[in-house]
Amino acid sequence: MRPWWESWIQLRSRARGDAVLIGRVIGEVVASAKHESHAGQKLLLVKTLDLDDRLTGAPYVAVDSVGAGVGDRVLLAMDGWAAMTAVGRPRSPIDAAVIGIVDSVDLAD
Amino acid sequence: MRLGRVVGSLWSSVKTEQLEGVRLLLIQPIDEAGANAGRTLIAADAIGAGAGDTIYWCRGKEASFAMLPAAVGADAAVVGIVDSITLASAG
Repeated sequence: MRPWWESWIQLRSRARGDAVLIGRVIGEVVASAKHESHAGQKLLLVKTLDLDDRLTGAPYVAVDSVGAGVGDRVLLAMDGWAAMTAVGRPRSPIDAAVIGIVDSVDLAD
Repeated sequence: MRLGRVVGSLWSSVKTEQLEGVRLLLIQPIDEAGANAGRTLIAADAIGAGAGDTIYWCRGKEASFAMLPAAVGADAAVVGIVDSITLASAG
C-alpha cells in the first residue's frame, strides 16, 4: 500500500507542471553540514537548457543518482517524489535529482 | 533545491503549534555568483544556519521531511550550509 503522501505529491506535481527537464551541470556544491539524507550524495549545480542549448535562470542544487560530472547535459527530475526515489531515499527533503545523462537530442525539423 | 543566503531570522509567538520550536529564517535566493535570484522567503531551519551563511534550501511538501519525525507544516526548509561551490571553467 503506498503511503498517502506519495499520491498527494504526484497530484500536486501534475498541477504544478513539475517535469523532467534538460539541464547542464555547471558546477558542484560541497556542504559538510547538511541533512543526513544528503550524506554521501554528490550535489550538482544544474541550470536548465532551452532547445538552443542556452542556459536559463538560476541554478538548481540536485542530488546526483547517475555519476554526472560538470559540463554534462543531464535529465533533471523536478518533482520531489521522483527525485527522492531516484536516489533511494524516500521521505527525505530532496526536490531535485539528476536522473540521466543526455547523449543526444533529435529535434523534429 | 536552490541556493540562498540567510538574511535574517523571524520570531512569532502566535502561530500554528506545528511550528513550535522551529527556527524560522529569512532566505534570499541567490544564483551561483551570489546575485539575488528571487523574492526573500521564510524557511524552517533544519540545520542550524546563521545570518550571512550561504545555504541551500528545499521547497514544497518535501521540505517538511527535513524536520521528521516532527510533523512540521513547512513548505521551505534550509537543508544544508554550503562550504564551497566549484564552477566549470568559464568556457
